[in-house]
Amino acid sequence: MATEILMPALSPTMEEGTLAKWMVKEGDTVSSGDILAEIETDKATMEFEAVDEGVIGKILIAEGTEGVKVNTPIAIIGEEGENMSAAETSAPAESSSESEETAEAPAPAQAKSPVQVKVPEEKDIPAGTEMKSTTVREALRDAMAEEMRRDDSVFVMGEEVAEYQGAYKVTQGLLDEFSDRRVIDTPITEHGFAGLGVGAAFAGLRPIVEFMTFNFAMQAIDQIINSAAKTLYMSGGQMGCPIVFRGPNGAAARVAAQHSQDYAAWYAHIPGMKVVQPYSAADAKGLLKSAIRDPNPVVFLENEILYGRSFDVPALDDYTVPLGKAKIWREGDDVTIVSFGIGMTYALEAADELAKEGISAEVIDLRTIRPMDTETVVKSIMKTNRCVTVEEGFPVCSIGNYLSATIMQEAFDYLDAPVINCTGKDVPMPYAANLEKLALTSTKEVMDAVKAVTYR
Amino acid sequence: MATRSRAKKNSASMEELLNYYREMLQIRRFEEKAGQLYGMGLIGGFCHLYIGQEAVVVGLEATSKEGDQRITTYRDHGHMLACGMDPKGVMAELTGREGGYSKGKGGSMHMFSKEKEFYGGHGIVGANVPLGAGLAFANKYNGNDNVCYTYFGDGAANQGQVYEAFNMAALWKLPVIFVIENNQYAMGTSQKRSTSTPAIYTRGEAFGIPGEEVDGMDVLAVKAAGEKAVAHCRKGDGPYILEVKTYRYRGHSMSDPAKYRTREEVQKMREERDPIEAVRKLILDGNYASEDDLKAIDKEIKEIINDSADFAKESPEPALEELWTDVYAEELPQDDAA
Repeated sequence: MATEILMPALSPTMEEGTLAKWMVKEGDTVSSGDILAEIETDKATMEFEAVDEGVIGKILIAEGTEGVKVNTPIAIIGEEGENMSAAETSAPAESSSESEETAEAPAPAQAKSPVQVKVPEEKDIPAGTEMKSTTVREALRDAMAEEMRRDDSVFVMGEEVAEYQGAYKVTQGLLDEFSDRRVIDTPITEHGFAGLGVGAAFAGLRPIVEFMTFNFAMQAIDQIINSAAKTLYMSGGQMGCPIVFRGPNGAAARVAAQHSQDYAAWYAHIPGMKVVQPYSAADAKGLLKSAIRDPNPVVFLENEILYGRSFDVPALDDYTVPLGKAKIWREGDDVTIVSFGIGMTYALEAADELAKEGISAEVIDLRTIRPMDTETVVKSIMKTNRCVTVEEGFPVCSIGNYLSATIMQEAFDYLDAPVINCTGKDVPMPYAANLEKLALTSTKEVMDAVKAVTYR
Repeated sequence: MATRSRAKKNSASMEELLNYYREMLQIRRFEEKAGQLYGMGLIGGFCHLYIGQEAVVVGLEATSKEGDQRITTYRDHGHMLACGMDPKGVMAELTGREGGYSKGKGGSMHMFSKEKEFYGGHGIVGANVPLGAGLAFANKYNGNDNVCYTYFGDGAANQGQVYEAFNMAALWKLPVIFVIENNQYAMGTSQKRSTSTPAIYTRGEAFGIPGEEVDGMDVLAVKAAGEKAVAHCRKGDGPYILEVKTYRYRGHSMSDPAKYRTREEVQKMREERDPIEAVRKLILDGNYASEDDLKAIDKEIKEIINDSADFAKESPEPALEELWTDVYAEELPQDDAA
């Protein structure tokens, strides 16, 4: 029976891809394991293999086609001598059940088709500056490349950063430009290479240590906290540790409990540490450049789901964003929504929806978690008198909790309602798609919280 | 590849021997004084004395050159004195005073000197081993021939991150000497009870790192082994392991009653293997100096140590504002020292 071959999902976060090249043509006989096509995801070019044997009846998507959605039929395969045109009308039960499974895979953050996010003009960007649409992934790479060109003491090390071009392709191209002296593949030994990086920083180098994800940095947390963050103090100011620990943090999609956790609150707890969690590509670039130049250890928390999102980035030779400064994304009068990182997607979406209902929300992106720009938040609350915080981390001892306490201490008389913290649920991340969705916070939760604090 | 080394009999010059005597004695007198000040309540918290192990660091420091780095664990007072740090600054850190190397904020286990390339003083067992490999990484990155002496104990040798560091150091041929100061007790647990294979110096074999067992009560043997190791590292041949068999006379820390070993065991070591006595005997037997000459050295050291204790008592406690300083750097402090 003729069967449709569907565009495969080749990574947990892939929604669409480019059909780069067909390795077979109509009429070819293929058997299981033969390479059918090369498919380019946002991270890599992958070979796509045949699962069944048969004859390629019809190629439905021409090679070179970009933006082919996962589960789109790309070819028809059938038995020899079969009339393949029949397949176009018949929907084989087997493949449709498969497609359902993968179609529901994306996490809530991706559920909306990618929208070009508009970044309001910033004061530190000169008027008339050309803006270039850039993915967060490229912005991070550009930041590292620019800083490595600027300062020979900057190098990057981690698992798969060099020859593999980055497990999430963030370090793509760096090996070619900077050689294996400065782009260093490490063994899978987080504790060891984090410590080695800290030692190199003591000696005055400026390491960028990439963790494939921050979940694995728990293996190295002693070196990050006890060795990197505390040594300046313990040495009476003699021994600084200019190092950046960076990598994806928080929930990706369908990777379950051990690979889905936001560490913002963990690292923000530590004096001596700076903690950054950017949302936009411009901030990712500007903040990473500042982090690399900073004389202190910086934990730089990225997000896999945001890597592929595009934002306008100022086309400046040396665009930096200072650490410790929040950004007001949109101004409003009725409520202040404070978030950071991927939480901003919910905050901004909620603000858009609320605007339609006549609620004007001011949205603040903390950008740096430590030192935290509470001044900007408090000032905003003095205007709006209400606050909702949004983050994906667990609720107990969350960033939202700290903000709530700070707001209570510094702006108690200005509050017209208790602050509400929208957070991830107090459970390990489940695998099942529906439960995962439930475990994360959502635009709806943010909207409900805003309505609660504005008594609507 | 792993070997037990035997030092050639005394080929050291008079100057060298007198120098070792002086250095080792200074550490011992310093530690005795620290123990005394601890008993008086002037030093608090954890305080790990180096008495008995002096030959290890003195022998190895004799093989270093300007630019070489050293990093160790919390039993660190000896290392600081041996690399030329001021006993006053070290003692005042022990008493938690403004004149201490860390302005009183680090204490016994956390002291540093960028000037002397002393990178601590680390309180987490095993954590300084990857750090040492990182310092060596910087040497290689910067293209110099400096070597990093990374000291740790037989207890730390069982930590996983030590082997992560061994692997990377060997893989990248980092100029690091892993000095395992085997004093036979990880706090109260004898090596027999904690370590599956007693020959720790062979633990680098799986990584292709040469290792050697060294008599750590013999400063000349330590120096000879150190020279070999340093030459290996400086040449660019990668890391080297020295397992230096030593013995601490005092407890693990000041609060350790040391019930896990007999008084006789300690006494036997002190009487038969004391590293300072051994050098003293070489000096006297070789007629390099008279009893009176050595007495003069003893007196001179006693004065240095007494001065350091006086300084450590008189130096004021840090100003209360110091609580809030040195949490974040405005500029990289290393740049000033460079």
